[in-house]
Amino acid sequence: MKYESQRVAYWFFATCMLLFVLQIVYGFIMGFAHAGFDGLHNVIPFHAARATHTNLLVMWLLAGFMGSAYYIIPDECNRELMWPKLAYVQLIALVVVGVTAIIGFHFNWWEGRKFLEIPRPLDYLVVVDVLLFIANIGMTIWKAAHRSTTAMVLFFGLLMAALLYLPGMIPTDNQTVDSYWRWWVVHLWVEGVWELIMGAILAYLLIKLTGIDREVLEKWLYVIVGFTFLSGILGTGHHYYFIGTPRYWLIVGGVFSALEPVAFLGMAIWAISTARKGGRQHPNRVALSWTVGCAVMSFVGAGFLGFAHTLPGVNLYTHGTLVTAMHGHMAFWGAYAMIVLAMIVYAMPQLTGRKLYDKPRAVFAFWTSNIGMIAMTLAFGVAGVSQVVLERRVGMDFLAVQHEIEVHFWGLILAASLFSLGIIAFIWDFMRYGLPVGELSGGAKPSADAEAPPPDQVLEPAE
Amino acid sequence: MLSKSGAKAFFIGGTFLCSAAFVGLTVDTFAKIPGQTHADRITPAVARGKNLWDSSNCMGCHTLFGEGAYYAPELTRVYTRRGPDFIRAMIRDPQAMYPGERNMQNYHFSEDQISDLVAFFEWAGTVDLNGFPATPHLTPIAAPGAVGSVARTDDRPQVFNQLCVACHALGGQGGNVGPALDRVGERFDAAYFERWLRDPQSVRANTRMPRLPLSEGQIHELVAFLSLRRAAAAAGNMPAEPVPAQPAAPSPTEGGAP
Repeated sequence: MKYESQRVAYWFFATCMLLFVLQIVYGFIMGFAHAGFDGLHNVIPFHAARATHTNLLVMWLLAGFMGSAYYIIPDECNRELMWPKLAYVQLIALVVVGVTAIIGFHFNWWEGRKFLEIPRPLDYLVVVDVLLFIANIGMTIWKAAHRSTTAMVLFFGLLMAALLYLPGMIPTDNQTVDSYWRWWVVHLWVEGVWELIMGAILAYLLIKLTGIDREVLEKWLYVIVGFTFLSGILGTGHHYYFIGTPRYWLIVGGVFSALEPVAFLGMAIWAISTARKGGRQHPNRVALSWTVGCAVMSFVGAGFLGFAHTLPGVNLYTHGTLVTAMHGHMAFWGAYAMIVLAMIVYAMPQLTGRKLYDKPRAVFAFWTSNIGMIAMTLAFGVAGVSQVVLERRVGMDFLAVQHEIEVHFWGLILAASLFSLGIIAFIWDFMRYGLPVGELSGGAKPSADAEAPPPDQVLEPAE
Repeated sequence: MLSKSGAKAFFIGGTFLCSAAFVGLTVDTFAKIPGQTHADRITPAVARGKNLWDSSNCMGCHTLFGEGAYYAPELTRVYTRRGPDFIRAMIRDPQAMYPGERNMQNYHFSEDQISDLVAFFEWAGTVDLNGFPATPHLTPIAAPGAVGSVARTDDRPQVFNQLCVACHALGGQGGNVGPALDRVGERFDAAYFERWLRDPQSVRANTRMPRLPLSEGQIHELVAFLSLRRAAAAAGNMPAEPVPAQPAAPSPTEGGAP
């Protein structure tokens, strides 16, 4: 850690941990409800649990991206944040808006549009909050003597994420038009600009952890985000197959979304080859595991499993079934949860001045949560494929099918328990690190790093 | 070898081209949506219905156009599948319609609000969704003994296909909340069916079947139809051989009646 203002990242990461735990709790509520035990129905009906589960995810990922940006941007720009105090205000505002929204869900206050359930008045506050964040980051970059590619890609991703929130607020009475704009937000976030943010954080971590030449890494960063947009923008079409939009979306969406795995495959190859080529070893091996793991799991979850049901002929049957949940869980885990967790694992030793990364618990957290998530994906997959065959192809009644697949939700709950064990270990580690009191390595010497590895392991190349 | 500036040009150029194409397609799509979605049929009632659909977060459990959550049934074609009377009864008291099943909240909507929702579902069913939802084409293979009745549901009373099959199966098709109705005509006579359909609780106090919103004509239609559910029925919609997998008659513990 080089700059005082980077400390603010810690509070964003702590928020992530808290919201993540809550998200998992709500996931369990839904898992049990699917398995036939909806005892909480009168207090937390399924749609409240579902909206809370997904919105908590979005919120903690955004908090994670913001925290990562507040950590990365001063480091990349070699200066303090423009307005460090504003960062704290902006975090508190985000939490207040988020908590209000989630409490509101339990009292039937929402907009009820999948993933954009936050009520309209709070939408405006979210926009203001994100604009404050963008201003803070943007001004820091603006004032910097040198603007790195990584910083610029990260900033561009965050700025576009803020702008793309706006189409979701266009009023309409037509459900088709409503869906059309909703996917501008949801799809262009997760299969567009969020990948930019992910790519930039990945580049930063790979530069820090492997010591590979920045110019080479950043060149490939451009290629990968280039492929992301090449496939992802028109790939939005895979949401426009069956919502009342023209038939040509079947072709446009089919062709371009079939290309989406290319960007993720590129990212996986990029991360693995960089990690293998990196001659000098950074002592924080677990951070590298999370970084490379993120690239690999996002390819499997977002790339491969997404491709599995994106072609129109397949999607005609899988659209609106648990197959989507299978893809969604591993995609979000691999691409976005893991990149935030990787950033946390990397940043915590610097922020707190403690080096706990070689503890077996950190390794346990990585493997247990990932194996748990793979098992969860399998459980969703079996339930989803069974649902598709029985309901969509054989024509069985919806509720009859739900009874048939209840058993797979017990499998899901078991897998989720394993996953949670890993996350508990992760959070335990997080708490063991304590508060962000790590010493600064001094902004005057940008090449040094706070964690001061032994001389034979020095890896920050002078930039 | 690709240079960094070349990579940057690829990123910016590709993004620009794809964005331009996407905006172009969006403009064209918006020109076509009114026709494809019958936007002229979006009456104020439909708009109010959509507003209720959103503000109650129906998508948090159901899907519409295949979008939403996967906890409750897909509702795009619910207006033709179940009909307005079933939808009304369901929204008024969800628990009564599917007793002992997965819970749905009672929103205590007014009758006007329920009408708005029905109007919304009616409109949603008219939108051209490019072939979604697909017809389940494996049905004849999965239930070969029931080919006649499954392939032909058009010779049943419409109210049977909308209301009854929500909970009861016939020829292997329908819900499993109540007992299957194959050969139910062997166990009960027309008078019993009529009493039962008018008020299930008056026949059997502990039954969980709700009193359905049926007209006089529909009751007569159903009584005649149910009375003919016999193994040796000459009716063309019954299989020649009884399907072994189907219970011959409802067991007394399940309520013992349709």
